[in-house]
Amino acid sequence: MSDPQNSPENPLGRDPHVLLRVISKFLIPLIALFAFYVQFHGDYGPGGGFQAGVILAASVILYALVFGLTEAKRAFPPRLIRYGMTLGVLLYGGTGVVNFILGGEFLNYSNLAHDASHGQHYGILAVELGVLVTVTTVMIAIFYAFGSRQPETSDEDW
Amino acid sequence: MSLIFAAAEPAFVPPLILLDICLLALLVVVAFSIVRMRSLFGIVMLQGVYSLVSAAWFVTLDAVDVAFTEAAVGAGVSTVLMLSAMLLADRKSTPVPMRRQFGALAVVILAGAAMLYAVGDMPAFGDVNSPANTYVGMDFMAKTAEEIKIPNVVTAVLASYRGYDTFGEVVVIFSAGLGVLLLLGLNGNAGRWIARPNGQMLNDHSAPSAALSEDGRTPEQIAEGAS
Repeated sequence: MSDPQNSPENPLGRDPHVLLRVISKFLIPLIALFAFYVQFHGDYGPGGGFQAGVILAASVILYALVFGLTEAKRAFPPRLIRYGMTLGVLLYGGTGVVNFILGGEFLNYSNLAHDASHGQHYGILAVELGVLVTVTTVMIAIFYAFGSRQPETSDEDW
Repeated sequence: MSLIFAAAEPAFVPPLILLDICLLALLVVVAFSIVRMRSLFGIVMLQGVYSLVSAAWFVTLDAVDVAFTEAAVGAGVSTVLMLSAMLLADRKSTPVPMRRQFGALAVVILAGAAMLYAVGDMPAFGDVNSPANTYVGMDFMAKTAEEIKIPNVVTAVLASYRGYDTFGEVVVIFSAGLGVLLLLGLNGNAGRWIARPNGQMLNDHSAPSAALSEDGRTPEQIAEGAS
């Protein structure tokens, strides 16, 4: 977005989106916090890695919509995406391989701790974390890939 | 007086069903206005409205996690993606002549009739003998409490009992992201690239065109020759 103070279509010198910016600045941390709640409360209530990943990605996308893509890329650098995508899948698969090494079957988490149900807890936690990382980064990757392909939208386009 | 109430009692409709009917009617209205609309911006926005209304409907069906996903993906992310795709293409859709719409109408009527025909075979909502509430589903409900000891059976099924399926889903999402990265790239920086060969900075404007370097000279030699 162009500098709102000096843009010619805005002679008053005021930011026309000031309400939007203030409210979303207040909301975005709450959305991200809610994503983590959905993630780590997934054992007890509705939710899990897929939902949390999408909500977390939506907070970054909202930031990009309101403050511009370059600002969003400073907050969430695109190079994180490549690592995140692969790291999530590797974390999921790696949890399965660790079970292998500990003497169980692939993706059977019972051997991760002394107690079988504790092992299941740890396994589910690790696996859901992998899902979260992959889903978040892929959603942001798709948005960056599409959103970067045109100049920023000017106000009269709407 | 009590006789009238007794007669009217079986016809009493619980408010939740009224809410369901309202939401579904709203979905139909939104769908028809999407069909009749020409402005793609309005269509994208209405698709977001459609997703949000169906998310509300999922909440009344007690499928809160599906509602989460629908609200975040359908109303949030995919609306934004459709908007950015729309910005790359046209803002208005071209009207299709009436005679080319009969084929589509026939397909829709056939598919709708087949679905209506299948409704009779569906189990009632919450039926104890439905396939979802018998066989392996009941096993998951019974065993999660003692084997995994977490209250949310959905998470237990998703991450533990059906861990292979979920691993497959994550790989599918990963390959979707990989495909987008390979096809579009992350920065979409066509025309805005910067290269630093041998310490000198080149971008789209200062770089020599491909036709000039056909004779095998390096950019430095071209720059020397030009100066």
